[in-house]
Amino acid sequence: MNPNQTSKFIDIVGVEQTFKTKKGPFCALQGIHLTVAKGEFVALIGHSGCGKSTLLNLIAGLTTPTQGHLLCDNREIAGPGPDRAVVFQNHSLLPWLTCFENIYLGVERVFGAANKSTGAPSESKAQLIQRTDAALALVGLTPAAQKRPGEISGGMKQRVGIARALAMEPKVLLMDEPFGALDALTRAKLQDELLEIVAKTKATVVMVTHDVDEAVLLSDKIVMMTNGPSATIGEVLSVKLARPRNRVELAEDRHYVQYRKAVIDFLYTRQSHVEKAA
Amino acid sequence: MVSAVFHSPLEASGAAPVVSTTPSKTMNKVAAHAEFTGATASKSLQKPAFDWRGFWLVVLPPLLGFGLLVGIWALVSISTASSIPSPTDTYQQALVIFSDPFYRNGPNDQGVGWNILMSLQRVAVGFGLAAAVGIPVGFAVGRFEFLSRMFNPLISLLRPVSPLAWLPIGLLVFKGADPAAIWTIFICSIWPMIINTAVGVQRVPQDYMNVARVLNLSEWKIVTKILFPSVLPYMLTGVRLAVGTAWLVIVAAEMLTGGVGIGFWVWDEWNNLNVKNIIIAIFVIGIVGLILEYALIKVATAFTFEEVKS
Repeated sequence: MNPNQTSKFIDIVGVEQTFKTKKGPFCALQGIHLTVAKGEFVALIGHSGCGKSTLLNLIAGLTTPTQGHLLCDNREIAGPGPDRAVVFQNHSLLPWLTCFENIYLGVERVFGAANKSTGAPSESKAQLIQRTDAALALVGLTPAAQKRPGEISGGMKQRVGIARALAMEPKVLLMDEPFGALDALTRAKLQDELLEIVAKTKATVVMVTHDVDEAVLLSDKIVMMTNGPSATIGEVLSVKLARPRNRVELAEDRHYVQYRKAVIDFLYTRQSHVEKAA
Repeated sequence: MVSAVFHSPLEASGAAPVVSTTPSKTMNKVAAHAEFTGATASKSLQKPAFDWRGFWLVVLPPLLGFGLLVGIWALVSISTASSIPSPTDTYQQALVIFSDPFYRNGPNDQGVGWNILMSLQRVAVGFGLAAAVGIPVGFAVGRFEFLSRMFNPLISLLRPVSPLAWLPIGLLVFKGADPAAIWTIFICSIWPMIINTAVGVQRVPQDYMNVARVLNLSEWKIVTKILFPSVLPYMLTGVRLAVGTAWLVIVAAEMLTGGVGIGFWVWDEWNNLNVKNIIIAIFVIGIVGLILEYALIKVATAFTFEEVKS
C-alpha cells in the first residue's frame, strides 16, 4: 500500500456546491480542499447553515458537486454506497422492521452476495445472522433485537443506527450530528461507546457536529467551517491528545482546554454572527 | 365525502358496547365511593362501579338520533296518508322479508340475501380488478416524475366523470349487463386507488430513501422493504374510499342493468309500487356500507405503524 493512499484516503479537491433556488443559484460551499487519512477521526464543526451536512452528503455521494471532485480510496465518489455508511441525525430506522431486521437489511446487501471488487464470496444466512448479532452486541442492544424502533428510547435508536452502519464494515463511517437529538447524559455515554468502538474497529470517521466538547474529545482533526453562504474551510486543528481518552481526566488537561479554547475562539469570536431567522 | 357520512354513526356504534370510555373520572369517583361504603355495607354494594351516567352519555345521543329519524318518518307517513308506509308497517314487512332471505322463485324474484350477495360479488370483482390495476399504476405514477406528468392530466380529466356515464361503453364492449356493472365499479374504484397510492409513494420520507441509497438496495428490496410498508396506510385509505364509492355506484348501476342485485331489487319494488321494501332496501344498503367501512378502518389501523402516523 503506497503512503499516498493512507494519508489521502478521502481526498476532496476544489469542491463547490451550488443549489438552484427560486431566487437564483445559491452557493453553499466553495473551494473545499480536504484530505482524511485512513483511520482518522475528523469532525466538521461550524454554525448551523454553514454547509457541514452538505459536505457530508457529498462524501456520502447522496449529492454530486457542481465543481471539483471527491476521491475515496483513489476512486471517484460517483454515488452512495455501503462502503461509506451514514449514521443519520434522526436515526432513520424503518419503523416496520425490528432492530435486528434493520441491521440485517444492510448486512444482507453487503455480505449476502459475492463482492466483485474484493473477491469475497457470498456468505451463508447463518453468517449474516451472526454478523447482525455481533453488531447488536457491539452497541449493547442484544436484548432489544426483536423490538421495533417505536418501542425503544431515542438513545437506543441512535445506537441501532450506528450498529447498522458498522455492521456493513464500511471504509468510512459518516455521521451527521448523530447525538444532536439526545440529552446530555445519553450523549456522553454514546460518545464514550463510540470512542471504544472506533478504537476497536480502527474505522475512518467523518462526523458533523456543533458541540465543541464532542469535537475535541472524539477527533484527531477538527475542520472548522466559515459561515455560509459560500462557506469554506476556515481552519483545520489537529488534536494531538493521547488515546484512549477519558472525559473526566481530560476536563483538567491543559492541552484539552487549549484545543477547546481554539475552537470556541474560531466559532464565537471570528465567525460569530447573528442568525436572522433563528 | 364517504368517510364524513359514515364517520359519526361509526364512532357511536363502535363505542356503544364499551361503557364509559370518556368519563373515567366520574367512574373512579363512583368506584371510590363504593369502596368507602362497601366496608360497612353488604358485599352487593361493592358492585355498583357500573357508570350509569357514562352509559347514558354514550347510548342516549344515538338513540335520540334514531328516534328523531323515526319520528319524522312517521310524521311524513301520516301527512302523506300512508303513501309513504309508517315505521311499524315497514318493520312488520322487514320481519317477513328477513324470515326467508334466501328463496328463489325464478330469476326476477329472489330473496334479499341473494340480492345483497350478488351486489357484493360485483363490487368485489370490479374492485379487485381496480386494485390489481390501480395500485401498481399508483406506484409507478408516484415513483417516476415522467409518468406522473403523463397521467395526471388524464386522471384529472376522467375522475370527475360519473361512473354511470361509462355504463353504455361497458354494455357496448362487453355485451352483457353483469360485466358492464363490474366495469362501472372498476372505473369508479380505480381513481382513489391510483391517487392515494401515488401520493403515498411521493410522501415516503426522504430519510428512508437515503437509507435505501446508502445501503444500495435493489429496486425490489426498495419496493418491498421501504416503499410498500410506508405507502400501505395511504393505500388503505384509497381502498376505503374506493369501496365506499363502489357501494354507492353499484345500486345505481344495477337499477339500469337489471338482473339480481340490491339496486335492481329497489327498482323492481318501485315498479311493483312496494314502497315498504324500498325503505327496507335503503336501510340494508346503509348497514352493509357501514360494515364495509368499519372492517376497512380496522384493517388500516392494524397496518399503520406508530412512526408513520406522526
